[in-house]
Amino acid sequence: MKPEALLHPTPAGLFCPIGRFHVDPVRPVERALITHGHSDHARAGHSKVLATRQTLDIMRIRYGEGFAGSEQAAAFGEEIDIEGVRVSFHPAGHVLGSAQIVIEKDGLRIVVSGDYKRGTDPTCEPFLPVACDVFITEATFGLPVFHHPNPKEEIAKLLTSLKQFPERSHLIGAYALGKAQRVIRLIRDCGYSEPIFIHGALARLCEYYTGEGIDLGDIRPATIEKSSPEAFRGAVVVGPPSAFQDRWARRFNEPLIAFASGWMMVRQRAKQGGVELPLVISDHCDWPELLSTIEEIGPSEVWVTHGREEALVRWCELKNIPARPLHLVGYEDEGD
Amino acid sequence: MKAFATLLDRLVFTPSRNGKLTLLADYFRDTPDPDRGYGLAALAGALDLKSVKPAMLRELVLERMDPVLFQYSYDYVGDLAETISLVWDGTAKDTIDDDHQPRLGEVVVRMNSLGRTEVRSAVRDLLDRLDTSSRFAFLKLATGSLRIGVSARLAKQALSDMSGPGDNRKDVTEIETLWHGLSPPYEPLFAWLEGRAEKPALATPAIFHSVMLANPVEAGDLEKLDPLDYAAEWKWDGIRVQMSSYGGTKKLYSRSGDDITGAFPDIVEAINFEGVIDGELLVGGTDRSNSPTRTFSDLQQRLNRKSVTGRMLDEYPAFVRAYDLLFEGDMDIRARSFFERRDRLADVIERAPHDRFDLSQLVPFTTWEGLDRLRVAPPDPVIEGVMIKKKDSPYQAGRLKGPWFKWKRDPYNIDAVMLYAQRGHGKRSSYYSDFTFGVWAETPDGEELVPVGKAYFGFTDAELEVLDKFVRDNTIDRFGPVRAVRAEPGFGFVLEVAFEGINRSTRHKSGVAMRFPRIARLRQDKLPRDADRLSTLTAMLDAKTGPG
Repeated sequence: MKPEALLHPTPAGLFCPIGRFHVDPVRPVERALITHGHSDHARAGHSKVLATRQTLDIMRIRYGEGFAGSEQAAAFGEEIDIEGVRVSFHPAGHVLGSAQIVIEKDGLRIVVSGDYKRGTDPTCEPFLPVACDVFITEATFGLPVFHHPNPKEEIAKLLTSLKQFPERSHLIGAYALGKAQRVIRLIRDCGYSEPIFIHGALARLCEYYTGEGIDLGDIRPATIEKSSPEAFRGAVVVGPPSAFQDRWARRFNEPLIAFASGWMMVRQRAKQGGVELPLVISDHCDWPELLSTIEEIGPSEVWVTHGREEALVRWCELKNIPARPLHLVGYEDEGD
Repeated sequence: MKAFATLLDRLVFTPSRNGKLTLLADYFRDTPDPDRGYGLAALAGALDLKSVKPAMLRELVLERMDPVLFQYSYDYVGDLAETISLVWDGTAKDTIDDDHQPRLGEVVVRMNSLGRTEVRSAVRDLLDRLDTSSRFAFLKLATGSLRIGVSARLAKQALSDMSGPGDNRKDVTEIETLWHGLSPPYEPLFAWLEGRAEKPALATPAIFHSVMLANPVEAGDLEKLDPLDYAAEWKWDGIRVQMSSYGGTKKLYSRSGDDITGAFPDIVEAINFEGVIDGELLVGGTDRSNSPTRTFSDLQQRLNRKSVTGRMLDEYPAFVRAYDLLFEGDMDIRARSFFERRDRLADVIERAPHDRFDLSQLVPFTTWEGLDRLRVAPPDPVIEGVMIKKKDSPYQAGRLKGPWFKWKRDPYNIDAVMLYAQRGHGKRSSYYSDFTFGVWAETPDGEELVPVGKAYFGFTDAELEVLDKFVRDNTIDRFGPVRAVRAEPGFGFVLEVAFEGINRSTRHKSGVAMRFPRIARLRQDKLPRDADRLSTLTAMLDAKTGPG
């Protein structure tokens, strides 16, 4: 069987015609297999959803009860039969509950890795390499310029800045699911035990992470109504980046804007966003990790879903690994 | 190198002056000699590093990398030094640990000791041994462009900050006085700043001395003062310079202490005196010649050049209109009165070449009202106001309130329409506070608003709230961080823009460039159709350059 007969791109997303299911579909479908809870991958309105328990929980938090017609939880490693196609979920190391999805039939095995990373992250299970014929990879940071530094060194920059500018509120932009909790956990691991204030958009997800056994320490809502801007002198505040360009940010004392993202590697990009303290912390692979993952798994073919496909495809060509871009639409290039 | 690299990274992203000062002072305090001295030199533009050409860097990176992948990377990043720092496949791991990387002082000494043929392998070796951000710092130093928004003056202010607080604190003017007599890595300077050694002694007075600055006249200032205690001079529209000559060394410095000797051989060669003179650099003829003083636009032809052609010297002859004498020979006379210094200056200038030097004339007056009448109708279009100086005042560096005032002609004003807005930095990062404004002009497509300038201050915090709200409520398009706002004849936001002067510009589409534009008032009482036309601005231009 040709791999395209088992899985191929459609406008709604990757589709398995034999099992009649989509992976991370961008529009409502009959049966959806979801890799992780980020909103460009996990959308509401599918009839049936198969995902890890934690991804299902996160979808419920974001979209409410009834986010899908019916739901089924997949445990890591459990084999599930869908119309004669064998599927299983394996940790992707991206955010809590994130999974790669393995699709197998007649000895052909395709791995949809979803978004993934190889660096250590105490807030989720580490990526598990699965041998396969076709490896489908993202390429968010698929350019040789991206080398993510050790995240603890990035947090060290933050802690230095807190000492240098003790009067300023340090506002850290971080996506609400995954990045925010990882950053808070990292700050704790670097020995910072003061309260950390969070934007309302983060509250329920932080609570969920805590419930899943990830200790975030003393976190408090950053509500000004109850306290004066003075209360936030020298405080660490975490919120979604969009909030910092909004009136919301005016409540803080001389806010110093930090942003935790892999994009912060490129200075002009960081500067344009008005960021004063870029923290290069990413939940995606950097360039060397993308390459070493492909080398480690050794697939006979690589498909690239979204991001900077051209450079990764070029590298595969230089290594004589057949590769092609899938040109899927609907996934955020900005997502990190 | 790591400490300097970290400093650069922070400075690039820190817009506020105070924030930069904190970062700089901490760097000078925490970094050992000689590294901090070379860091200071790099920031102040005083570091002479053997330069590396971009073509060589490109060749080095392509020795190890596929050209297609490099091109993708370069297209994405847009800056060669940054691209190379990021894609370089080196052995050094990113680390905050400084011990295993070459130090800045080591790098500077090594680079400058190399012969031409050794540069390539030395750069390759350094790139291998440095981590990403240090590689970036090194490449910026080697290609000769830091561009991080730190002036030499700011770096010196940070030196003053690091020496204090307390009795040991050294004033920035004192540092400025020493600056041009010292060279990297400035170890005696740091020893003195830290109270470990005496103040370094100067070998010659032919160095830059911090200048005395004037305060603008504000409402109520003059009523309290007796006109008889003061003298007045015309304020000419040139640039402030300091001439230093001693023991055969002749130098010309800008008001911030930059050495501009190389660009003005006509003046420097004509110096026949010893001492330090403060004056205005202008183009055209002196009082003692028959040709007029020419405009600032003409002077601009001679500015920001490292060297100058014979043709430039003929077409734009420069001269200095002297107004103060700081040193007579090697004698420091700054403590003497303005009138005494002026008498001595008059003698020096009398003996100096008449085509290159003249004495700034006094403007006789007996009352402030009388001086005001002269000020608003000066006898020459290149005059931009009057200077008022207390007759018995000594020459004191800095901007003391009282002894010297500048009383300019009223600034220019136009009504313009807000076209674009951009978010500010730091405290203002949640506000749209940088405004591009335009006026009406006849274009091939009919009457249109054409951008003529950009302003980001002049308004109060309360006014900023109003401006910000207008931008948020009336955005019609976004280009990255910039928002375009509604601007139609019957709807839009009119701003009264004040500015100090206007010049022709080939860089701006409108053909004019304003000096120091600021938002003087919000004119919500006006509609965009009432705003000024481009012809108003070009008329100001013509009025200014007409007689010259």
